[in-house]
Amino acid sequence: MAKAGQFFSSGHTNNWAVLVCTSRFWFNYRHVANTLSVYRSVKRLGIPDSHIVLMLADDMACNHRNPKPATVFSHKNMELNVYGDDVEVDYRGYEVTVENFLRVLTGRLPPSTPRSKRLLSDDRSNILIYLTGHGGNGFLKFQDSEEISNVELADAFEQMWTKRRYNELLFIIDTCQGASMYERFYSPNIMALASSQVGEDSLSHQPDLAIGVHLMDRYTFYLLEFLEDIHPSSTTNMKDLFKVCPKSQCVSTPGHRTDLFLRDPGSVLITDFFGSVRKVEITTDTINLTAPMVHLEDTRPVRELRTEIQTYMDQLPVAEIIHQKPKQKDWHPPDGFILGLWTLILLVFFKTYGIKHLKHIF
Amino acid sequence: TAICQSITQLMMWYANNAKYFPPPSTAKDQFQEELVIKPLHSGDIYASFQFRTQWDTDFLLGSKVSHYRLFPKSLGQVISKFSVRELHISFTQGYWRTMQWGQPFLPSPPGAELWVWFQDTVTDVDLAWKELTNVLSGIFCASLNFIDSTNTVQPSASFKPLGVGNVTDQRFLRYAVLPREIVCTENLTPWKKLLPCGSKAGLAVLMKSEKLFHSSFHSQALHIRPVCKDWQCKSTSWELRQTLNVVFDLHTSGQGKREWSLFKMFSRTLTEACPLASSSKVYVDITDNPQLFELSPATPLVSQAVVLGDGRTYSVYDLTDHATFGQTHSLNVLLRWRAAEREMLRPLLHGERYVAGYGLQTGEIHTLVYNNHPYRAFPVLLLDTVPWYLRLYIHTLTVTSKGRDNKPSYIHYQPSKDRLQPHLLEMLIQLPPNSVTEVTVQFERALLKWTEYTPDPNHGFYVGSSVISALVPSVVAMDTNNTQERPLFSSFFPCKEESTYFMRIYTEPLLVNLPTPDFSMPYNVICLTCTVVAVGYGSLYNLLTRTFQVEEPSQGLAKRLANIIRRLRGVPLLT
Repeated sequence: MAKAGQFFSSGHTNNWAVLVCTSRFWFNYRHVANTLSVYRSVKRLGIPDSHIVLMLADDMACNHRNPKPATVFSHKNMELNVYGDDVEVDYRGYEVTVENFLRVLTGRLPPSTPRSKRLLSDDRSNILIYLTGHGGNGFLKFQDSEEISNVELADAFEQMWTKRRYNELLFIIDTCQGASMYERFYSPNIMALASSQVGEDSLSHQPDLAIGVHLMDRYTFYLLEFLEDIHPSSTTNMKDLFKVCPKSQCVSTPGHRTDLFLRDPGSVLITDFFGSVRKVEITTDTINLTAPMVHLEDTRPVRELRTEIQTYMDQLPVAEIIHQKPKQKDWHPPDGFILGLWTLILLVFFKTYGIKHLKHIF
Repeated sequence: TAICQSITQLMMWYANNAKYFPPPSTAKDQFQEELVIKPLHSGDIYASFQFRTQWDTDFLLGSKVSHYRLFPKSLGQVISKFSVRELHISFTQGYWRTMQWGQPFLPSPPGAELWVWFQDTVTDVDLAWKELTNVLSGIFCASLNFIDSTNTVQPSASFKPLGVGNVTDQRFLRYAVLPREIVCTENLTPWKKLLPCGSKAGLAVLMKSEKLFHSSFHSQALHIRPVCKDWQCKSTSWELRQTLNVVFDLHTSGQGKREWSLFKMFSRTLTEACPLASSSKVYVDITDNPQLFELSPATPLVSQAVVLGDGRTYSVYDLTDHATFGQTHSLNVLLRWRAAEREMLRPLLHGERYVAGYGLQTGEIHTLVYNNHPYRAFPVLLLDTVPWYLRLYIHTLTVTSKGRDNKPSYIHYQPSKDRLQPHLLEMLIQLPPNSVTEVTVQFERALLKWTEYTPDPNHGFYVGSSVISALVPSVVAMDTNNTQERPLFSSFFPCKEESTYFMRIYTEPLLVNLPTPDFSMPYNVICLTCTVVAVGYGSLYNLLTRTFQVEEPSQGLAKRLANIIRRLRGVPLLT
């Protein structure tokens, strides 16, 4: 038994996070605040921006209805600005679609997609996936125009497993009837948490009277409070995460699913998913920093100087523009040519098949 | 994070002490930064940051450049990979109000604008353009990947290169604008990271997003172009300019009081210059002084510059001089108003655009260009890019000045192709003095396929701003020696003639509603249910109640008349 435990101990070497907010419009401010608070915690605990794929379906911070631009608050009376000064959103606005989300997960992106928009995980990566928005029994709504179903999500995770794109996966969802989204998972090494059971609604926390909308959802609010106590070297395990937001605080019953997960949740650290593994090499050599910098000579050959003098262009050369030659049109063969060609073809046709057909024309 | 912190501390120490490591004498790159503060007549204040990195290197030679010092590596790789000759990208929030604020130093349209000149060695410009927009969308965290053939145009006369060179084959130029693009901290963060000192030292410490976005106008831009290396101009070096223009409103940021300071605008003061900068200056426009406002702390340096055709005087604070920071080791420039404002001179060139008409079928685009010069006429080049779903009727295009028809000396029109290409209209119009020129064109709105609508179609669809490029007569003689050392804000557009200067202005973007189907579920459900019920019930009713009867074929008219007469007579009828 000890051998099996050793075999399944967490052997991850890097951490990734995919944080998605799927709602548009100003009254869904709380979903953006949810996602940004998880982003903030994950960044604070060590995952760098290059390993976070942040998808926000609408812009709340610089929305014209925001009385405090460039801020997104999570607590009323504007106590905590989760947007911050150093944020990089990878997918924003209309780019947050079901197709893009599934492509990010499975890695099937067009070749010209930049690195910051890709989930470049391998088989030793622990991935945290957080979704929030409006959902129902078996689906999650994207931007009020399309949905992703729990079957599609489960299949995407299975694709990730067969392509060895994750070591362990933690899936957190904060929507109404969120537990329905993880019912259909069948790939190993997935742990899932949801803010409410099937048939229950997830409720929002508190409105701010100056901003005029609800700032956070209850489950993520208490999750943020829980995560604020975690630091990179804390040893809190998953069992404490399951206790976040009991029914008395959340009004809905949060659920979790660990049957697909091979390790015991009590032995899984929170920082396995929310923090980042760092390789530290201790060196005993001293490095001298006060020596002057030696400049390496540029060994490339120097370009020979051109003798003609370069000049700036004339920005509005009126005479040149007026006498500009018309653009090259596509080449068309001359009209008479086509007419002659068709006559030739017809004559050849009638020649081969007999002259009697010509009688019908003339 | 402990390791991260110690590394950051190490880098800070190095940056602070970099002045003890003199830059190597053969250093080929230099960095300059400046901030211009210009009080506007409406009580608002205009701040313009410019950061310029000049590097004498060749990205396009065979050997790859690998040692980057001041020039950001991500942009260097972009230039060499896509054989870019010039790149200009801007992100703007808000619209520049020319009539209240005058002319900006660097104009930009609302949304995101990108125009690129490729080298003439590029074989497939469209492919390079597509890949370039994707790479830039990753660098700047913006949705530039939405730039495709439906909003890219190839202007035929506008947007001539701003750098040195002599080839202008417009096939290598691409221009696109995304009027819907939002600018927020997520765009400012990577932009700040491209600066040599980041946002840790120098003028960039003033860039706090909470203050910058709480403004009437915010524009950040990046310009890469080849410039003359020195006054002889026998060889070129690469120049990267990062500019940030912001206008703070008197009432929202200034609390209605006519007193501005660096602390009030940016919630920070300056403490040091960027150690990697060869020059770091703050300019304050004091042309209307000393009656207008009081400037503190006092500075002996004064500079004159010809900007936008007008001679202006500036007070200069040199941040590389430790004496500027005084006893408190911080510089907070304070402007306190004493007297009331004079009337602002009307700007010489001004443009407006709006949509006229009613209903969701047709409409009319009106563009008004004002020439406010009392006696000089000058030419303007108007560039319009209209998306394909507004079908322009070019035969209804009219250009009128002072009530009379004004025929443009050059028209270039490229019609749109549905879902492939937008309309491109370029016209060179001579504006008579002291007049309003009106360009009108009628259009029809297209019905899109239901998958082509955005998730919020009732917001409307945007049409990008028109670009008006003009050679405007200047009040004072311009300096045509482009290689002289001048403040950065006055040396952006190259000057060829003494009596005119080049200017570009942008009109408002338009927001038009297209005929939108009702995407709401109840409507769809009602339609579907009613159709099913009607078809189902109708068939069932027919099956149950329909009976078949034999009917005689109808007779001819003569027979029918005869039968009527026979019936009257009481005689058997004809068959």
